[in-house]
Order: sequence, then C-alpha cells, then structure tokens
Amino acid sequence: MDLFMNTTSQEAEHLVVLGGDIDAHTGPKVKETLMSLANQPGASRILVDLEAVEYMDSTGIGIFIAAMKACKQNGCAFEVQKLSPRVERLFRITGLYEHIAVRKGESE
Amino acid sequence: MAQQKPLADRIRLTLPNQTDYLGVARLTVSGIANRMGFSYEEIEDIKLAVGEACTNAVKHAYKDKEEAGFIHIECQVCSDRLCIEVSDQGVGFAEELLPEQLTPIYAGRNLEDLDEGGLGLYLIHTLMDEVVIRSESGVMVSMTKYVRRDGVAGDDWTISETEV
Repeated sequence: MDLFMNTTSQEAEHLVVLGGDIDAHTGPKVKETLMSLANQPGASRILVDLEAVEYMDSTGIGIFIAAMKACKQNGCAFEVQKLSPRVERLFRITGLYEHIAVRKGESE
Repeated sequence: MAQQKPLADRIRLTLPNQTDYLGVARLTVSGIANRMGFSYEEIEDIKLAVGEACTNAVKHAYKDKEEAGFIHIECQVCSDRLCIEVSDQGVGFAEELLPEQLTPIYAGRNLEDLDEGGLGLYLIHTLMDEVVIRSESGVMVSMTKYVRRDGVAGDDWTISETEV
C-alpha cells in the first residue's frame, strides 16, 4: 500500500490528509510536506487527518516530533485528528500521545 | 537440552536493503501470522515489530559500505509461536547506543528534548513476547510471539553481544 497525501490550505491554515502506509519509504515525502508548511512565514495552524492511515511506525512518530518542533518555533499550532485505533496505540506506546495535540471530533 | 520442541516450518526471505521493500517484508510476515491464527491486533503488532527491525537494518546497517546489502528474514513457524529473525551483515551498532534506544518518549519532557529517532528497538521489545538482539557481524533481531499467551512471561527479554 502506498502513501496518500492531500493538502488543502485556507489562508494560513493547512489541512493535511494522510492515508495508506507511513514508513521509512514514504516518510520523507510526508516530512518534506509538513516541514515546508510548518516553516512558512505566518502559518497559523497545521491539522493532520490520520483517519485513512493503515500503517505507521516510528518513522511517523519522528516526523510528527520534527513538525511539532518547527511549528513551535514558528508560532504555528500543530494538531492531529481522527486517529485510528492502531495509530492511537502507537502514540500511546511511544509516549507521543502526551505531547501531541489531538483535536476531538464533535461526537467525542 | 532434553526439552521437547515442536517442529518448525522455516520460511526465508531475502530482500534488497532498500526502503522500497519494507512493505513486502510486512505483508509476508502478516500473511504467515494470519494463517497461524493470531488475532488482528497481534498481527498488526508483529507487522510493526518487523517493520521496525527492517527499518533499522535499512537505515543503519550499510551506511558506511559502498555496495548495497541485503536484509534476511527467517520465520520459524511453530505450533505455539512465531519466531522471526531479521538480520543484516552491516556495521552493527555501538554498545552505548542500546540503553537510550529502549526508552519511550517520557511524559513531562519538553518538546525540545524529544528525539526524532531511536524508538524502533523500544517498540520491538514492547510489541513482542521475547526479543534477543545480537550485534556481532551485523545485527540480528530475533523476536517471538506466542499464539497462546497463558503461562508465558511477556516481558522477558535479553540483549546479548555474545550469545549464540
């Protein structure tokens, strides 16, 4: 399974929808996209939708840590939403869950 | 050792040391685990552990060598467990790297102090029942998942540089 990635931007707010596999093969593309958004002057919010992610490993964790650091430096908010049970488990096991901002849906 | 061991079916897979083939490694192991009767959650855990072991091999094993290398995966299918060995003939790793590589991201730490890497071995130990890592000529990660968990200590693991 390949990576799916779609970015939509509204002024300084960016929504990145990820799907498929995020591993050491597809990760660099994800990192490049998130870092370039995070480093944009005036960027105010990056929201990453993870609903369609089928596989993610520590490569993904590393990418989010890098993006969170860049966002913090740039005064930009970084959030994720719609974590699948597998992704949530990975976030909890690694401890990232304590650090990452998870946007809850209306039903949650 | 007079201990009776169930006969194992062995499945071997050799892949080029490229990230392109990480998905193939995961799918192969997932297929084997599936026919052994592991649950969906267990299969996903095994996939993740194998993915981490292979990623370590691709990223670290041959970085100082000019020629492309290989990742060897051997699955031993026993009646009560699946043992997977992921090995390379790369540079191995320095001993001092080990303790740091076995920790999660601690809560309460500052974002600035979080490392972007080094979670792979920690995840493997967390997800599998038994893990042995040897670093002699190259690295060999041997990980076992039991089909039935009752009576099995899940947290036992050993790291040995010399164990054969």
